[in-house]
Amino acid sequence: MKGKYKLILSQVKEFKLQAIMTPVFMIGEVAMEMVIPLLMASIIDDGVNKGDMNHIIMTGLWMVVCALIGLACGLGGGFFGARASTGLARNLRHAQFEHIQEFSFANIDHFGVSGLVTRLTTDVTNIQNAFQMVLRIGFRAPTTLIVAMAMAFFINAKLASIYLVAVLALGIFLFMVMKKASRYFREVFTRYDALNESVQENVSAIRVVKSFVREEYEKSRFEKAVLQVYELFVRAERTVITNGPVMMGAVYACILLLSWFGAKMIVAGGLTTGELMSLLAYCMNILVSLMMVSMIFVMLTMSEASMERIALVLDEQITLKNPENPDYDIPDGAVKFDHVTFSYSEKAEKPVLDDVSFEVKAGETIGIIGGTGSSKSSLVNLIPRLYDVLDGAVYVGGKDVRSYDIEALRSAVAVVLQKNVLFSGTILENLRWGNPEATDEECMEACRLACADEFIERLPDRYETYIEQGGTNVSGGQRQRLCIARALMKHPKILILDDSTSAVDTATDAKIQSTFREYIPDTTRFIIAQRISSVQNADRILVMEDGRINGFGTHEELLASNEIYRDVYESQIEGSGDFDKGGDQ
Amino acid sequence: MAAEKRKSSASADLKEQARKAKAHYKPASVQAAGGGPGGRGRARGPKPKIDHPWKLLGRVLKYVMARYKFQFLFVLAAIAVSVFANLQGTLFMRTLIDSYIVPMISQANPDFGPLARAIGRVALFYAIGIAASFAQSLTMVYVTQGSMRDLRKDLFDHMESLPISYFDQHSHGDIMSVYTNDVDTMRQLVSQTITQIFQAVITVVSTLAAMIILSLPLTLLTLAMVALTMFTTTKCAGISQKHFIQQQNSLGAVNGFIEEMMNGQKVVKVFCHEEENQQIFDELNQELYESADKAISYSNILGPLNGQIGNLSYVLCAIAGGALALRGIGGFTLGSLASFLTLNKSFGMPVSQISNQLTAIVMAMAGAQRIFNLLDAEPEQDEGYVMLVNAERSADGQLRETDHHTGSWAWKHYHQATDTTDYKPLEGAIVMDDVDFGYVPDRMVLHNITLYAKPGQKIAFVGSTGAGKTTITNLINRFYDIQDGKIRYDGINVNKIRKGDLRRSLGMVLQDTHLFTGTVMENIRYGKLDATDEEVIAAAKLANADLFIRQLPDGYQTVLTGDGGNLSQGQRQLLSIARAAIADPPALILDEATSSIDTRTERIVSEGMDRLMAGRTTFVIAHRLSTVRNADCIMVLEQGRIIERGTHEQLIEAKGRYYQLYTGNAITA
Repeated sequence: MKGKYKLILSQVKEFKLQAIMTPVFMIGEVAMEMVIPLLMASIIDDGVNKGDMNHIIMTGLWMVVCALIGLACGLGGGFFGARASTGLARNLRHAQFEHIQEFSFANIDHFGVSGLVTRLTTDVTNIQNAFQMVLRIGFRAPTTLIVAMAMAFFINAKLASIYLVAVLALGIFLFMVMKKASRYFREVFTRYDALNESVQENVSAIRVVKSFVREEYEKSRFEKAVLQVYELFVRAERTVITNGPVMMGAVYACILLLSWFGAKMIVAGGLTTGELMSLLAYCMNILVSLMMVSMIFVMLTMSEASMERIALVLDEQITLKNPENPDYDIPDGAVKFDHVTFSYSEKAEKPVLDDVSFEVKAGETIGIIGGTGSSKSSLVNLIPRLYDVLDGAVYVGGKDVRSYDIEALRSAVAVVLQKNVLFSGTILENLRWGNPEATDEECMEACRLACADEFIERLPDRYETYIEQGGTNVSGGQRQRLCIARALMKHPKILILDDSTSAVDTATDAKIQSTFREYIPDTTRFIIAQRISSVQNADRILVMEDGRINGFGTHEELLASNEIYRDVYESQIEGSGDFDKGGDQ
Repeated sequence: MAAEKRKSSASADLKEQARKAKAHYKPASVQAAGGGPGGRGRARGPKPKIDHPWKLLGRVLKYVMARYKFQFLFVLAAIAVSVFANLQGTLFMRTLIDSYIVPMISQANPDFGPLARAIGRVALFYAIGIAASFAQSLTMVYVTQGSMRDLRKDLFDHMESLPISYFDQHSHGDIMSVYTNDVDTMRQLVSQTITQIFQAVITVVSTLAAMIILSLPLTLLTLAMVALTMFTTTKCAGISQKHFIQQQNSLGAVNGFIEEMMNGQKVVKVFCHEEENQQIFDELNQELYESADKAISYSNILGPLNGQIGNLSYVLCAIAGGALALRGIGGFTLGSLASFLTLNKSFGMPVSQISNQLTAIVMAMAGAQRIFNLLDAEPEQDEGYVMLVNAERSADGQLRETDHHTGSWAWKHYHQATDTTDYKPLEGAIVMDDVDFGYVPDRMVLHNITLYAKPGQKIAFVGSTGAGKTTITNLINRFYDIQDGKIRYDGINVNKIRKGDLRRSLGMVLQDTHLFTGTVMENIRYGKLDATDEEVIAAAKLANADLFIRQLPDGYQTVLTGDGGNLSQGQRQLLSIARAAIADPPALILDEATSSIDTRTERIVSEGMDRLMAGRTTFVIAHRLSTVRNADCIMVLEQGRIIERGTHEQLIEAKGRYYQLYTGNAITA
């Protein structure tokens, strides 16, 4: 990924001026700082030594001017650096979020939810910090190094070569230490993560630990892991701490060598006292900025991973695109699968759906049943074009789904996903996701159809009840019914319930089905369920097995002819009870 | 036209939505930015105010000192040595110029011998300083890492001893953050903050002393400038702090929104809600940008501001010092000026360091508080003394204790009064007698629970979510202690049985199967640590798990990661059954598979369960019909009470709540 720097930097956009001015200011600040020791030399040599008080004051004033210019530059660099880096962060977040909005399901699957969250949060912060660091310190430190070195050579090339040697030696040393240490630290952090993971496991599985009385066993295992981490940490840090003393040694050596050779030169007449003092003042500048440069490299390598992750999002090709001349009119809810083959990844050996063909008339209710992994969800997800088929075609209202405008298609085809979520906000706000302009009455009507009205009425704030993030303050069954109501708000031509009543008790489930039959008879309905009772009243039932259609017919037909269906039915006859869900009210 | 209007009203609506959205992302804003993904976005709330930060610091120091007293004292001594070594070097400037360079300039034949020796002496001190600083760093590595090792171990050991209720009351994310964030804060406190403060204080004091010796007036000038620095720092930090809080709030809002929307991104797509989201996001994002820009700007200018005040101080000292040296007032020489200017440059840094580190300490105390809160949490009490032992019948029919597995167990009951020990065979009779329980004392969740399980019987609990089924089973193995009533195990009050032994006698299969990182083999062996591979495989066969395990890429050696994320729910359940099976417990508590397992897998699971239950007293929380029908007794729970009990036939006959649940028909009374 060579292009990641370019890709990230292209997001600087309107903050280019700030991004360019920051280093300019920083260099200005450095220049002023470097002039001051030079003026110092003049105070001592031409002022103190020659007894010229006037010169001392004049030069002093020049130094004050330098300090003030330096201050102005410093402030400018500070402000511009902040703006450039936070601006870049803003643009990166915006660009990613915008691109993610266009993602297809396949794109989302590719990164995963937590992957996307990290990229939008931590990774952006990392880059913001790194960018500011590079703009400010990244220019400041090398400039200091170079200018101070140049000044030193300007004063006295012979003595300055001491610095040159020191910088080279220290530079090589730092490089080696950092290289070695970063290898150790990588190892440490892997182990450290594993250690924390084992704590996490113990916390969430504490009941297992306690019921098997494995506290002592876990303790001794943890102790071993802790010891390992300890040893690795010690090894890594022992490498790093050599930095300090070596650095000190370099500084001290420079001071002493300068004192010795400087004294000799002054006595011989090749150097003034003031010049020696300036040279000594540059010592710290040079060596500290060298240290800074090495730190910036470490920081950059650390943020490189973040850059790479973000670049992947920005670079991601959208797998689903609106057609050029999209069709906005979906005539009815008829559905046809024509030799559909589908797979989440083109490389997969075995397709998820393998040559599936069937036809459904508008207004029909279709039950879908099958074991986990039999591709029930994958099948229905193709109808609103959440994924594209690999081969064959899916038709809605007699036209290929790929010919429709995606938004129009999805407004006509409502899916209640298996892993469904509510958003933080009131119940009404959540319902209006389905239709932003719906009146309160329309919302209540949808809830009645989904049998959600009964529990909403009993909530203290009724339809204004605030739903927590992820819908954690309502039960599973209640959440499912709200999701169904939200989907109904669209007045869809096709309604797909993907295992959406699994947490709703049998009686309510039956009631929802019969309400649908009565009030939205023209809507084509697909109902995926584990319970036979949820599907047995459907017009026809699809039995899925291993990505293929195993049977398609009415309840009676399947009972007579389909082995899988009969099998499932027999295991569930009589009550179909999920007892614990039964009283969900 | 209509479309236009619709659009404009929609956009007004959006604004309103964005406003609302922002409003409700705000409160959750204090959420730690480092909370990371998957943390379920639990707001950690504002940081608790620490009442006695210094007392707490004392406790931290005591914790470290208790183990590393000598090392710590050594470190302090080493710091002092290295500071003085540095100082003598700076003061040498004066000697260099006044005693060597200036006199030698006027000499015809200068003798460099004395200078060489002086430099040699300084070099020696420098070398000592470097050695001291190296020794100090090295020691600190061991002190810091050693303390962290002990702290982690103490935390973990203590955590393992805590009662289940602790884990109920504290979010897992919060507990985890003690191990990660808070321990890390402690590491910094021990390794950097404390030593740096000490170093800074010594530096300030000794530098100040040296400056006063060189020149009192210049010292006062320097101090005045330092005061100015401190003034600007406080001012700037105050402004910056205000903006930082705002930035944290905006960041929290943005992160909260991101987390929620990324989780719901598929729903967003299904409802074509992308544009609205983008608009809300952009507003939140802009707000974050603005507050971050301000916060960072103000903290950025602090550096140059102080730097230039430092330069100003340097310049003023140069002018004033130049004047002093020129007139030779108070014996101030050129050499003194050289030394003083160097001291002046190195004085500002430790002063601002001290104030930074003091802030760091106060902040670290929040972490220390959380660490000690965990370490101070009351561990699980165990006053039991009845032990579970392997037993065998000797020839005369007497029950005898033995140290090998015999397949039968006995309760070893020591009576203090008579100094006798008797053995009672473990049979598995469990009685609950009028038990009341509440997680918090004044809110009972179980009322008057009375039940009898004869050895080998199967008792099923049914009822709606929250009726108290799981709670009852958690009382039997004393995850929680009851408020009123009695629970007896083979006639012994469970309070008298050692907790470990009680739990060993009760196998548990939980609905949330928790597996550990490791191989399948290791996971099953968790039930019996010394089990041979053959025993593991036998247990897996019993649980119906053998077949699918063999189909895994590495069979029994397949490594499971992240709670068995690479297995299906049904497969995880089978492994946890095998894990319980290998422990071969005399009694069982089963929380059945969930509704997300399809019917065919469920059949395999329930077969495994049935084999496990054979011949053992079993409490089963039933979700499925097949488990319940052949139970010896079914308890129907509602709101913490047993409202019906009996066999399947009896309950169907009664046409009560059970009938209603079972048939899925609401009864219209």
